[in-house]
Amino acid sequence: MGLFILRRLGLMLLTALCLTFIVFFLTNLYPNLEKLAKTQGNFRMSDEAVASWLGDRGYTDNTLIKYGRWLGVAPGWTTEKDDGTVTGQCFNEGTPVENRPTFCGVLQGDWGYSLVFKDEVGSLVATRLAATGKLMGFVLLVMVPMALIVGVLAGMREGSGLDRSLSTFSITTTATPEYVSGVIFIAVFASSAFGLKWFKGSATQAIENATFENFTLPVVTIALYGMGYIARMTRASMTEVMTAQYIRTARLKGVSFGNIVMKHALRNALIAPFTVIMLQIPWLLNGVVIVETLFNYKGFGWLLVQAAGNNDIELLLAVSVVSVVVVLITQLISDVGYVFLNPRIRIS
Amino acid sequence: MEPLTWTGTLGQFLDPVLYVLVALFLVAVLAQIVLSVATGGARVVTNPDGTLSTAGGPYDLAATATRWTGTALLALLVIYLIGGVLGGPGLGGIIGGMSQQLIPVWIALVVTFVVSIQFKRRLGLYGKLFDSTVGMIGFALVMFWVFAGVMAGVFDWISPHDSLSQVSGMKNKVPGTPLRGAEEGEYGWYLLGGDNLARDVFSRLFKGAWVVVQIAPLATLFAFMVGITLGLPAGYYGGRLDIVLSFLANLILAFPVILLFYLLVTPEIVATGIPNYMATVLFIFPLIFVAVLLNSRYYTQPSFRTPLLIGVLGVLGWIYLSLISTNGAIVSTATYAIPGLPNAVDLFNIDAGILVVFVSVVFVNAPTVFRIVRSLALDIKTRDYVAAAQTRGEGPWYIMLWEILPNARGPLIVDFCLRIGYTTILLGTLGFFGLGLESESPDWGTTINAGRRLLSVYPHAAIAPALALLTLVLGLNLLADGLREESLKD
Repeated sequence: MGLFILRRLGLMLLTALCLTFIVFFLTNLYPNLEKLAKTQGNFRMSDEAVASWLGDRGYTDNTLIKYGRWLGVAPGWTTEKDDGTVTGQCFNEGTPVENRPTFCGVLQGDWGYSLVFKDEVGSLVATRLAATGKLMGFVLLVMVPMALIVGVLAGMREGSGLDRSLSTFSITTTATPEYVSGVIFIAVFASSAFGLKWFKGSATQAIENATFENFTLPVVTIALYGMGYIARMTRASMTEVMTAQYIRTARLKGVSFGNIVMKHALRNALIAPFTVIMLQIPWLLNGVVIVETLFNYKGFGWLLVQAAGNNDIELLLAVSVVSVVVVLITQLISDVGYVFLNPRIRIS
Repeated sequence: MEPLTWTGTLGQFLDPVLYVLVALFLVAVLAQIVLSVATGGARVVTNPDGTLSTAGGPYDLAATATRWTGTALLALLVIYLIGGVLGGPGLGGIIGGMSQQLIPVWIALVVTFVVSIQFKRRLGLYGKLFDSTVGMIGFALVMFWVFAGVMAGVFDWISPHDSLSQVSGMKNKVPGTPLRGAEEGEYGWYLLGGDNLARDVFSRLFKGAWVVVQIAPLATLFAFMVGITLGLPAGYYGGRLDIVLSFLANLILAFPVILLFYLLVTPEIVATGIPNYMATVLFIFPLIFVAVLLNSRYYTQPSFRTPLLIGVLGVLGWIYLSLISTNGAIVSTATYAIPGLPNAVDLFNIDAGILVVFVSVVFVNAPTVFRIVRSLALDIKTRDYVAAAQTRGEGPWYIMLWEILPNARGPLIVDFCLRIGYTTILLGTLGFFGLGLESESPDWGTTINAGRRLLSVYPHAAIAPALALLTLVLGLNLLADGLREESLKD
């Protein structure tokens, strides 16, 4: 088991390195850098001015070296201007010469500087991530119990009217992406056109002060799309368990239907959905980006859109590291948890 | 002209009936759900002659009520639509007007269904679809949008107005607003209202259907070609090849889709020519697939195989080259260009925006297909008939493509339907973030994105494409469900 986790962690590290390198490569292509120089400097810069702006900041070096600098395994860039002032990646002009570090990358704990937000990337990502954590927490609180209830109710009597109506419901939710359900919810519950002004169509205030009025719609929008899939998996798992031999035995012994479902079937039926729920979390990340954009909730997804839209390289790298780590850790938890929950599987 | 109401004069009589029926239907469904939990559902009794029948009771009463009110509701909706077909917007209001515009779609749908049901026993899996209600509903929804998209896009039938022309005074107008100063021969209303640039929402909706109907199935097909061509050997051979390919697939899958789109689908990336390189690589997979497929089948008959391969690959290669070359170059950037087919023999030029959207959607979908095909191949290669084929001395590619693939077709067809739906969602996501397609493109995602800014005041411009996307994806999911059910029966 320990070796298994260790190997998975090694693979994780390799994947994260490859992915960040791809992001690094794509964001450092020359047209992207040119756009960056023009938005940071001046939109009417000549080509030479762009080249020197980029050259002064170490952008024109070899991609591998630049990637090494970001990681913290290659020395940061330093440029000496004609007038003798020295600028560098790892220090300001005011830093005394003896205090200037050579390396400043992720390994040294320095995530870089966001050119769009004019702030340290590390703290920026941390605050936004906390906001999204709140959203995700509420989503999971709504989504998981609902999905499990729907799935178990549908799966306990396959083919019944209840099963058919709940299955139709879960198919409909899986067919409704967030930008569709969000639009419909805002139009119905928050617009003047239908007259039902129950909720707010914007969740900007929910970061400091989440209320029922401004937080319901974003949470429900994400929860609905993810719910259908988990519910269908739970239903499939439940129907499979309900046809098992030991359930028939229990029924023949005269155990009541409620007891069969609650005591005998449920435990075994909930193993498979656990994996699905864990694997669903990366998908929620997608939903979070859409919903945060739609409801103007300034969290991690909103940050991703801002970073990607403005080619804010270091911020984008930090964002992708976080999302990749989320994906890989949930995969790891789902694998390990599955082994623990299911006594039939042992990793030798 | 008067502004239209939703159901027109027909609605004055039928609307009260509709409300009562909807209320009854909801009550019946609720009663059925509650009773199925409370009483344990339908009780089955054995008759003296050995047949089974339900015992009646409150649950069955509720079930019957649901069925009858549901049928009545459906009949009422059909009356609305037929009234619209006959009387147009004057009789049927907005619904009637839309129904009249959609007459060719109704005809095509009815013909498809009548012919298919007539010959369903001879049509294999497709025919069996018509045994399942869910499958039929899904198929009807999907075919509705396919017919509507083709008729609006190719024949220009359904849309009463141009999808780009703006009419003064129609900005953000509610559904059913008459056109100010409509000329002779011009359609008199904006059936679903005007958007924030005073364009007709109804016309744009169906023009947008054409964009989706064109891109989604084709992109899914390409993703399947890539996934199958790589997934079969990965599952069959295993070993290093499998490790490397699986690692690459997981790498792409670990990316958040939206981040990938933002990285790939920006004008700056298009300027570097990366989408063209990706298109060159991804689009060659169908060629490889067909070549290996035919070669493994006929390589024992070289006199037949060689001309066949030359012919098929010649045609496919021509299409491939015209697909990837635009204005005589495969990749064309500011500093260099790789020459491709000259314009004289180039069959079609694909807009750079559409190409990059297409490529990124294929790129995102292919790894998932790869994983499905790989696991199917892993499963099927342990079967006896594969061992028998190996003993007979069949080549590995023949086994993969002619023994394993046909036996994996059931899950693959089902996944194909689901994946078209997912591709539609992805296309909408791209449009929602304003990536790829131009901002005046009528596709649904872009329209939703344009409409969401005024959502709290004028929601109709965003709701129409949202509901359209919902019904299409729902139809594809139901279709997949029906297919899965029917393919499991034998």
